[in-house]
Amino acid sequence: MSFTIATTLDDALAALAAGARPVAGGTDLVVGARHGKAPLPEHLVAIDRIAELKTVTETADGVSIGALVSHHQIETHPLLTTAYAGLADGSALVGSPATRHIGTLGGNIMNASPAMDTGAPLAVMLAEVELRSVRGTRRVPIEALWSAPGRTGAEPDELCVAVHIPAPDPRANTAYVRLEYRRAMEIAVVGAAAFVALADDGTIAALRVGLTAVAPTIFTGNLLGQVGRSVADAAAAAAALSMEHSTPISDVRASEAYRRHTVGVMARRAVEAAARRAAGETIAIPVNRAIGIGAAS
Amino acid sequence: MSESIHLTVNGVAYPVTVDQGRNLLSVIRTEIGLTGTKEGCDDCECGACMVLLDGQPVNSCSYLAVQAQGRAITTVEGLADGDALNVLQRNLLETGGVQCGFCTPGMLLSATALLDRTPNPSDEEVRIGLSGNLCRCTGYAKIVAAVQLTAAELRNG
Ligand SMILES: Cc1cc2nc3c(=O)[nH]c(=O)nc-3n(C[C@H](O)[C@H](O)[C@H](O)COP(=O)(O)OP(=O)(O)OC[C@H]3O[C@@H](n4cnc5c(N)ncnc54)[C@H](O)[C@@H]3O)c2cc1C
Repeated sequence: MSFTIATTLDDALAALAAGARPVAGGTDLVVGARHGKAPLPEHLVAIDRIAELKTVTETADGVSIGALVSHHQIETHPLLTTAYAGLADGSALVGSPATRHIGTLGGNIMNASPAMDTGAPLAVMLAEVELRSVRGTRRVPIEALWSAPGRTGAEPDELCVAVHIPAPDPRANTAYVRLEYRRAMEIAVVGAAAFVALADDGTIAALRVGLTAVAPTIFTGNLLGQVGRSVADAAAAAAALSMEHSTPISDVRASEAYRRHTVGVMARRAVEAAARRAAGETIAIPVNRAIGIGAAS
Repeated sequence: MSESIHLTVNGVAYPVTVDQGRNLLSVIRTEIGLTGTKEGCDDCECGACMVLLDGQPVNSCSYLAVQAQGRAITTVEGLADGDALNVLQRNLLETGGVQCGFCTPGMLLSATALLDRTPNPSDEEVRIGLSGNLCRCTGYAKIVAAVQLTAAELRNG
C-alpha cells in the first residue's frame, strides 16, 4: 500500500494518473473498508488539504462549489442556505456534526450511493460536475454521472473538482426532504427534492422532482404537464408520478411497498416546501425539522 | 506498508511507526498510550472515539492515522490542566451527566467543538451538537444541562 498527501491540485492529478484513488474525509471510503465492503485501495492520495477545492464562489451564472467543501460549510453558507436551499437541506441531514465537518460534497457525489442526500437536490437544480485529470477538464450533468449504485462515469484518473449550479430565477427555489426513523446518524429510507419556479399568478412555471433511494441511481423527472397548474395540484401529481416511476427494493430498512408509498408523500412535501420558498418564505434548514419529519427530540 | 510519522496530540508531537491502513484510534491508544479515547462500536456510530482534528470533531475509529499528520489532535487528556478539570468536565460531573463514564470523553470533545463555534446554543443546538454521541446511562438531559451551564459560565467570564 502507498499513501501520499497532496497539497496542490496538480499533485493530486499526478497521483491519480499514476493509479492512486483519492480519499477526502474518508467517511465513505474508510468506513466502507473497515466494514469489509471493499478493501482500502492499494494506493491512496489524501486530497483534503487542497485549499483551492474548499471554496464556494458566486459566479455570473450561478455558484461553484469546490469538491472539498464540507457538509457543514454548506449547511451554514449564507448563499447556499437561501438561493440553493434544497442542497443545504440535504447536507444538514448528513450523519452527525463529525460527519458533516469532514464529509465532503465531492465524496458524497462520487461515492454514488442511491441514498446520498445531496444528489437529488443537485440533480433538480441541473448541477454539473467538473471532472479534471492530467488529460483535461470536462463537465457532466450530475444525473448522467451516476451509472449504478456506487458507480460513476468518471475515469479512474479523473478528480471531481467542483459542482456548478445555475442561478435560480427570482421566483424559484428548491427543497429536499427524506423519510428517516431518527433524527441523526440516519440513512434516507426514501427522499425527494423539488425545484419549483412560480409564475406571477402563483401557478407552476417549472417543476422538477428528484428521488432518493427508490432506484439504482438518483433520478429526476421534469413535470412539464404541471406548468400552469396550482401548487396543490402539481404536488399531488408529483406524488403520483413519483410512486409510479420508482423501482424500490425491500431491505432491512423498509419494504418495497412502504418505500413506494412514502416516496409519494416525500415528493408532495418537497414540492410544497419548494413552492413556499419560491414564493419568498423562509423555511429553516433542514426542511425535515421545520415540517416535523423524524422522531421528535 | 508501515510509515514513520509524527502525530501531534494535545500539543505534543509523537513519533510513531504505523501501518498505512491503521485507524487513528488504535494508534492513539496503543502506540501513544493515551487511553482516554474509547473504542465503542468501532463503526462511526457511537461517538466514544471522538477526538478533535484542528478543532473539529472526528470519529477516530474510522480515520486513517496517516491522514492526521500535521493536524492538531485533541483528546480528552488535553482538556484538563494537569489534575484540574476544566469547567465543562466539572459541570458534567456536578450535574450527574457522568454515570458509567464510557461516553464521557467523546461527549466532552463534541461539546467542546460545539461551544467553540456556538457560545450561546439553544437546547436544540446542544442536542444536534451531541447527536453523534450515544449515552446508554443518563438519558442525555443532564449532559445537555452541563453543556448549557458551561456555556453560561463561559459567557459570563
Ligand atoms: C456515520 C455516518 C453517517 C452518514 N450519514 C450520511 C447521510 O445521512 N447522508 C449521506 O448522504 N451520506 C452519509 N454518510 C456518507 C458520507 O459521510 C458522505 O457521503 C460524505 O459526503 C462522503 O464524503 P468524504 O469526503 O468523506 O468521502 P470519501 O470517503 O473520502 O470518498 C468517498 C468516495 O469518493 C471518492 N472521492 C472523494 N472525493 C473525490 C473527488 N473529489 N473526486 C473523485 N473521487 C472522489 C473516493 O475515492 C471514494 O471512492 C454517512 C457516513 C457516516 C460514516
